Amino acid sequence: MISTAGRGLVLDENLLFEKSQPGRVGYSITGLDVPEVFPESRLIREEIESFPELSEVDVVRHYTRLSTWNYGVDSGFYPLGSCTMKYNPKVNEAAARFPGFADIHPQTPELLNQGALELMYNLQRDLEEVSGFPAMTLQPAAGAQGEFAGMLMIRAWHEANGQKRHKVIIPDTAHGTNPASAALCGYEVITVASDGVLSKEAVAAVMDDDVAALMVTNPNTLGLFESDIRAICELVHERGGLVYADGANLNALMGISRPGDIGIDVMHFNLHKTFSTPHGGGGPGSGPVGVVEKLEPFLPVPVVIKDDDVYKLEYNRPKSIGRLKSFYGHFSILVRAYSYILSMGGEGLKRATELAVLNANYIRARLEGEYDLPNKQRSLHEVVFSEDSLQNDCHTLDVAKRLIDYGYHPPTIYFPLVVHGALMIEPTETESKQMIDEFCDALLAIAEEAKTAPELLKQAPVRAKVKRLDEATAARKPILRWSQE
Amino acid sequence: MNFPEEFKYTEDHEWVLIEDDVVTIGITDFAQDQLGDIVFVELPEVGDSLEVGKSFGVVESVKAVSDVYAPVSGEVVEVNEELPDDPEVLNTSPYDDGWMIKLKLADTAALDALMDVATYQKFVEKD
Repeated sequence: MISTAGRGLVLDENLLFEKSQPGRVGYSITGLDVPEVFPESRLIREEIESFPELSEVDVVRHYTRLSTWNYGVDSGFYPLGSCTMKYNPKVNEAAARFPGFADIHPQTPELLNQGALELMYNLQRDLEEVSGFPAMTLQPAAGAQGEFAGMLMIRAWHEANGQKRHKVIIPDTAHGTNPASAALCGYEVITVASDGVLSKEAVAAVMDDDVAALMVTNPNTLGLFESDIRAICELVHERGGLVYADGANLNALMGISRPGDIGIDVMHFNLHKTFSTPHGGGGPGSGPVGVVEKLEPFLPVPVVIKDDDVYKLEYNRPKSIGRLKSFYGHFSILVRAYSYILSMGGEGLKRATELAVLNANYIRARLEGEYDLPNKQRSLHEVVFSEDSLQNDCHTLDVAKRLIDYGYHPPTIYFPLVVHGALMIEPTETESKQMIDEFCDALLAIAEEAKTAPELLKQAPVRAKVKRLDEATAARKPILRWSQE
Repeated sequence: MNFPEEFKYTEDHEWVLIEDDVVTIGITDFAQDQLGDIVFVELPEVGDSLEVGKSFGVVESVKAVSDVYAPVSGEVVEVNEELPDDPEVLNTSPYDDGWMIKLKLADTAALDALMDVATYQKFVEKD
């Protein structure tokens, strides 16, 4: 059965400014029983006249209505490739709300927050076991800051060895944030073309003594395992470089293959992807970084250590790249990730990986006849189709918009750039066969519509709250402020 | 798709108009068509020196952000100041109003590596 997006009581809602009624207030404040004091005139705003005047119920309804327009993993399937939008089990939320975690003050003395420090210490050890790295920081706020931390450590290591290198090699199938992270650390980015997977020869052609690191995403953004990775790591190491792995796609490896065992020197995790902590607007994220032994002295401070039976925050690390984040990272996210690891167990994490890969390959097998698959190598946790088999001048954007009419969040589109009109689907392990079948049925129906009734795609979405948006004008001439006119 | 005879072309889908030692550079009709609606353009400043193969600007469409690469080395002598305010001109007029920069050549030898219109047309068909 193919489901479609319903449209029952989807309520319209104006801006708060437009709902304002002169004199309306949320609270009646009792009469003044202390001497009256006026703030200095320079502190009083002149332009407050159009500030909305509303009652409590106006405001509650406003935000509640807006919230009903939201779509998330708790509403339905969310196959956003490269983002690992897996379901976030509610047991994680229960753990994060334990008063001992939720109410703790970050400046509580160490001896009074041993439980929190123990959790961080244990999470570090668990992530080390999953990744094969001997040392870890939990500080980075999310993936991109993890990349930044990793690249700063690489730079610090080279400098400690008396070397100043200027270049970073990044294949065209790496995550989109990698070049920005390298550039932010002052490196020149050398892009290397891959043919689905990166070859040792392609890296050898650009590898020299001025290359600080290679940044790879494994599996890459085509969902393909970098099968030459061990030889590539050896090659980079021979020339004195290091290898950074973007761990955004760890959901394809967890419990099966450990980056630290195959020659990677640094990798960041995305707890909000692989370890089921909330994502996107539900965040914040968390991007721990694992490193090999020689990079351990450069980890950001503080590092959680265990001294006899006491957990401590260690700041005295002379080679450290310093502090990256206020306090200790996004602690309540760490609690959720630790809860996930404990509730899954080692075998459970491995099984999650197997099912994530199975689900992606099942989608590939069901859609391959109707959607063009440019890279035939074996897919891991996601599959990337092109728009080349779509009929009647229909494009990937049209398919994505039409999926909304069928009640699904569209997959990632037009990324990676190496695929023409990419449609990048990552189901994750948390979807049932029924859900995946319904989704595939919808995509097959859309491919058929492209042949017989392409206007359905061109006009889509027709069942959503708003119709096809003019994204070009919105980007070219954005209206970012409400004004009275 | 339209590719003027008088231009030279690059594999990164840029066109180059050579007038003595100054070249005008923009993106081809094929490039703008592939990118879709262009919403943002970033250009270098007059006086910047560009090295062949290095990125000199950014073109962003509703689909993707792409670097634009210098087809030859040289110094920027003029930029299309109106383009950042009207990026859609790259879609509507990639060869005239949508020109991006003018470059004073450092070395004319790099021009030999550029494609003529027939070669570029074949390249596009293959791509």
